[in-house]
Amino acid sequence: MGEYLLLFIGTVLVNNFVLVKFLGLCPFMGVSGKLETAIGMSVATTFVLTLASALSYIVNTFILAPLGMEYLQTLSFILVIAVMVQLTEMIIHKTSPILYRLLGIFLPLITTNCAVLGVALLNVNEAHNFVQSVIYGFGAAVGFSLVLVLFAAMRERLAAADVPLPFKGASIAMITAGLMSLAFMGFSGLVKL
Amino acid sequence: MDLLVAVIILAVLGLIFGAILGFASVKFKVEGDPIVDQINEVLPQTQCGQCGYPGCKPYAEAIANGDAINKCPPGGEAGVKALADLLGREVIPLDEERGEEQPPRVAYIREDECIGCTKCIQACPVDAILGAPKLMHTVIIDECTGCDLCVEPCPVDCIDMLEIPQTVATWKWQQPEQMELNQIPIKQVFSKETH
Repeated sequence: MGEYLLLFIGTVLVNNFVLVKFLGLCPFMGVSGKLETAIGMSVATTFVLTLASALSYIVNTFILAPLGMEYLQTLSFILVIAVMVQLTEMIIHKTSPILYRLLGIFLPLITTNCAVLGVALLNVNEAHNFVQSVIYGFGAAVGFSLVLVLFAAMRERLAAADVPLPFKGASIAMITAGLMSLAFMGFSGLVKL
Repeated sequence: MDLLVAVIILAVLGLIFGAILGFASVKFKVEGDPIVDQINEVLPQTQCGQCGYPGCKPYAEAIANGDAINKCPPGGEAGVKALADLLGREVIPLDEERGEEQPPRVAYIREDECIGCTKCIQACPVDAILGAPKLMHTVIIDECTGCDLCVEPCPVDCIDMLEIPQTVATWKWQQPEQMELNQIPIKQVFSKETH
């Protein structure tokens, strides 16, 4: 149990996917303009990441590995992710049309969110078992959500702040992201894996 | 042989996932009516409520359910014609009771008379009026749809509806004259009988 907890905390804080591994930066910059959309995006990505992580573990262990077809990993993982995203899109369209409109193009773009494929491939690399894969996927998603929500909250403040003209807009967002990344480096050494 | 196995694996995976998605698309079907969206696109989005509905989208839904297509004065005759084309209905003249077709207009607040009551802000369907209580209000010209809804609530009558003057930037080619004149001119030529 302790090992799983360590893995979870390690993924959320120490090896944060966005700020330490620099994966999934597109939605991080793209949907962080407003807190509500950021939360919606976080929920959608959490759902996709966790399920895609579990499903790609199953596909890899029970279909690809026994047949010695590991070289199909990337292709079949992308297939899995695409299906998960489609499913999420349908569910969101059904349950919350407003969120569906707000997320817009970023919802299908979860497919190409490299954090999702990254989690699936890293699971294989680090030889995680099923429970570990699910926790790793969920941890990556929680880390992504945490950073996205924090960043969105900051950008809402930045929108009203008196920023010097050359730094307005995307540039101050980039600098903020860099500073956040520096801050997250402070967690290194918190958990030893 | 390996190649064949790989192809089969991917095909089977695709089939399974396709089945999942197919099932999900039936299960999570959205009862949206695409025709409503198409009608909504044709409507001018002034959100003025002259049709008797609270906005353009509700009127689009009402049209899809069989309401008349001639209740939209801002859309004008051209709008009625576009709706008739879309829905395959007869072109009917604009409903006079709903108002007349007017040239595009924009609201203008005479700012030194404004007392900052915020009543026009609440009336504006497209949030085109900026201002705060007891401070002067003003209209964002690009957002204003010219719907008149802010004129009536103003207690000091300081809102004018100004016609947008025709400048080089706003001038457009005239629509070709409709129906009866929209024909290629034909001239009958009789050949002279020459023997």
